[in-house]
Amino acid sequence: MVALLRGFYPYAIAILIAFVMYKVMPVGAEKIDLGILQINSFFTKVTGAIGIAIIMAVSLNIVNGYTGQFSLGHAGFMAIGAYTSAWITHYGSIHFFGNANAMEGLFTKGSALFVASLLAAGLVSALFGYLVGLPSLRLRGDYLAIVTLGFGEILRALLNQTQPVLDEFDIEEATRGEIFTGLGGALGFSGVPKYSNLFWVWSVAIITVIICYRLKQSIHGKAFLSIRENEIAAEAMGVPTTHYKVAAFAIAAFFAGVGGALFAHTLGNIVSPNEMNYQRSIDFVIMVVLGGMGSISGSVIAAVALTILPESLREFSEYRMIVYAILLIVFMIVRPDGIFGIREFWEVKWIRRLFRRTPKETHAP
Amino acid sequence: MALLEIRNLNVHYGAIHALQGINVTVEQGKIVTLLGANGAGKSTTLRAISGLLRQVKGDILYQGRSLFGRPPHDIVRDGIAQVPEGRGIFPDLSVLENLNLGAYIRSDKKGIEEDRERALTLFPRIRERLQQKAGTLSGGEQQMLATARALLARPKLLLLDEPSLGLAPQIVLTIFRIIREINETGTTILLVEQNAHMALQAAHYAYVLECGRITMHDDAKALAESDAVKKAYLGG
Ligand SMILES: Nc1ncnc2c1ncn2[C@@H]1O[C@H](COP(=O)(O)OP(=O)(O)OP(=O)(O)O)[C@@H](O)[C@H]1O
Ligand SMILES: [Mg+2]
Repeated sequence: MVALLRGFYPYAIAILIAFVMYKVMPVGAEKIDLGILQINSFFTKVTGAIGIAIIMAVSLNIVNGYTGQFSLGHAGFMAIGAYTSAWITHYGSIHFFGNANAMEGLFTKGSALFVASLLAAGLVSALFGYLVGLPSLRLRGDYLAIVTLGFGEILRALLNQTQPVLDEFDIEEATRGEIFTGLGGALGFSGVPKYSNLFWVWSVAIITVIICYRLKQSIHGKAFLSIRENEIAAEAMGVPTTHYKVAAFAIAAFFAGVGGALFAHTLGNIVSPNEMNYQRSIDFVIMVVLGGMGSISGSVIAAVALTILPESLREFSEYRMIVYAILLIVFMIVRPDGIFGIREFWEVKWIRRLFRRTPKETHAP
Repeated sequence: MALLEIRNLNVHYGAIHALQGINVTVEQGKIVTLLGANGAGKSTTLRAISGLLRQVKGDILYQGRSLFGRPPHDIVRDGIAQVPEGRGIFPDLSVLENLNLGAYIRSDKKGIEEDRERALTLFPRIRERLQQKAGTLSGGEQQMLATARALLARPKLLLLDEPSLGLAPQIVLTIFRIIREINETGTTILLVEQNAHMALQAAHYAYVLECGRITMHDDAKALAESDAVKKAYLGG
């Protein structure tokens, strides 16, 4: 597993790209005039949302795509990450810096706290992923989907019952229990310091893609795929299928938790129980299915498309689900395996044909 | 000591008593075949050895140690590879990826390369199709792939479940020739078959399974000559 993290350049390049995006994209009242197109901070907001969607879709692909299980609880893991990190940065900022406001700038003490909260969000979410993954050993298909759906809904109900968020003055007289459960209840976790920006989102997004792609190429990735293809045969090959099924949940939940943490710290986003409900889980499932179960590049493309689409249809947002549904139906008829199936776009025959001038002979000698 | 010893094995599927106390011995270096009609319990026997069944009684000794209570992946690591009934290939993965998964339990890159080379020499048709999706192979080619893949685990004991099922006579001949070649390199084989004619030619020793019970067992040659087997399984 450590081999997945090897190499310096991919990660350096990922961070560099994210840094450039952060520098270039306008914030506040800034604008970039391209003549035909005025790029304003709305574009920056959508670009951030795309980054988070990529993290969510690519990680869900490990469960629903690689291992062929059916999880409908990905937004639940996102919520766990969002709340865990919000709790850490909010109460942590009060504890360390005296107030809960974000500090300006990319590299501050606050950013260190934020990065720590991202990791914590991932780990707590992975733990829940492990627990939710355990039923996958006995259940499959629709039954597993119902369990994961139930997880998300139970989580939502519990979050609705939490106490109000405490500020630096309330906290003086609060008990530990009140601080621990001070997550805002149905109103949501208000006043999360807004540490996130395109730099953090896209660093994580690109690194997630790199790791998930390497995972797929590794023998572990093949083991995941073998479970989806034929579980009995996978066992016969000596693949410890039970380990892998639970691991898929835990790994996917880790990234979803980090994605949720980035979401929580992004300006303009609301961290509330209803914000991360099953509807959102379904959005992620649709991305994975559209892109192709097991295709990382497919998930990325679907995440980009399905984030931009509702934004461009903003005036008709009630019809968004109808558009989705029609799109899905048409797609599933035309390409039942998603855009790319389990392959990446550069491995797919019909794409290769587009880029090849003379058709290559494929007959064996 | 026999490589594998099945003692008084009983398997229940709910109310169905699929195996009713069978005893089978597989000597090191031999091909042993288990013959029987549909539903006799042949696949059940192999699944019990591989650790894929829960409700089993009796005992299965491999190299003198019981296999009971051990998970399937552990049993594979100990040198027992199974080619499941209906081949069990991974259809959406390439032929090469299928082969590599056969070596899942191993990490000696060089040894894997060598064994892949050896397996592909046995099955030249597979070599020509390494990049093809396994699901697009013909039935016979899929059987060859499944067998080649099992060899990549470098098993001491290879369990084959009806390798001739649904194949043209010419391919069946090829498969059985290769089974003998695999055996000659030192791999012990337990072969489940309905094609008694071919199986008895290839095997050293044979068992006949009927409705969950062993009704006959003898040297393969002797069994091929016996009237009961001729009548029931060799069509004459
Ligand atoms: N999972 C199961 N649940 C219930 N009954 C089963 C199950 N698997 C097998 N059986 C029954 O156990 C008996 C033996 O089945 P098995 O698959 O071992 O037969 P077989 O000898 O391999 O037959 P074939 O030659 O048709 O493959 C059959 O009567 C079958 O219906
Ligand atoms: Mg059978």
